[in-house]
Amino acid sequence: MTGCLNDLQALQLRRLLEGGLPLAARPYQRLAEQIGSVEERVLEQIQRWQEEGLFRRFGLVLKHRALGFRANAMLVMDIPDAQVDEVGRRLGQAAGVNLCYQRPRRLPQWPYNLFCMVHGREREQVCQLIERLLADNGLSDVPHQLLFSTRAFKQCGGRFAPPLLEVANG
Amino acid sequence: MDEFDRLLINRLQHGLPLVRHPWEALAEELGSTSEALRERVQALLDDGTLTRFGPMFDIDRLGGAFTLAALSVPEARFDEVAAQLEAMPEVAHNYRREHRWNMWFVLGCETPQGIAESIARIEAETGLAVLNLPKEETFHVGLHFPV
Repeated sequence: MTGCLNDLQALQLRRLLEGGLPLAARPYQRLAEQIGSVEERVLEQIQRWQEEGLFRRFGLVLKHRALGFRANAMLVMDIPDAQVDEVGRRLGQAAGVNLCYQRPRRLPQWPYNLFCMVHGREREQVCQLIERLLADNGLSDVPHQLLFSTRAFKQCGGRFAPPLLEVANG
Repeated sequence: MDEFDRLLINRLQHGLPLVRHPWEALAEELGSTSEALRERVQALLDDGTLTRFGPMFDIDRLGGAFTLAALSVPEARFDEVAAQLEAMPEVAHNYRREHRWNMWFVLGCETPQGIAESIARIEAETGLAVLNLPKEETFHVGLHFPV
């Protein structure tokens, strides 16, 4: 179906969704009532946004530290530029890797260009996982470092920081 | 948190079905009722196990500007600098890490210009050089925590 919500309704829906999904039996109907539309159209709009990649996923965000995921390592590697796409894609799919990004080197202070976040309950477990990850991908000899986090000073998001960022550096 | 909560959390990390009666669909799958599931999720939100329920927006689509940044802070000044960053609304998720670059945080602003200004302000206020590492490519954002 075409011509779902008008622009204003779409914007209102998006703002409402930023606050979360209502915990109702029919959450999309509830949202539709709030923007003066119908359930079907709200579902179609959300479906479209999902296909377009506006959402990473539709579900819940865990307070991972409260759940015992306290060992958090940022694995940083210096991967030759010609290989970074391929290595990034491979590591991104590996079990235990929650985030995988390419970032710029800042020579001479910072020689690493590929970042992976690995979370676990115990530090030892995270170290082993990363050792295996590097070995399995033929990366044991690339320059790399593990930066464990030891204290969180400001775990909540800043004004513009969406919840996703909670784990981007956590 | 009991076994059922674990089952529910692990299932919901893969997303809620996008249908008219999502909780009924899920209840059928998990052998529960729509009401019971919603009560559990509300309880987990109330006790802080969950921070949020709903869509997780792709950061690249939000229209803001973000970067990962780091400082190399002398040990004696660590808490003082942490407090300086704490006071800045554009700073999120400040973590201490075991490295010469020992303070890592995310900067979130409305515009790239805002990021540049924040960095300049942090450098002026702390007298320390900021390592600015904006994302160039995303290979994966998974964020699954099997509980």
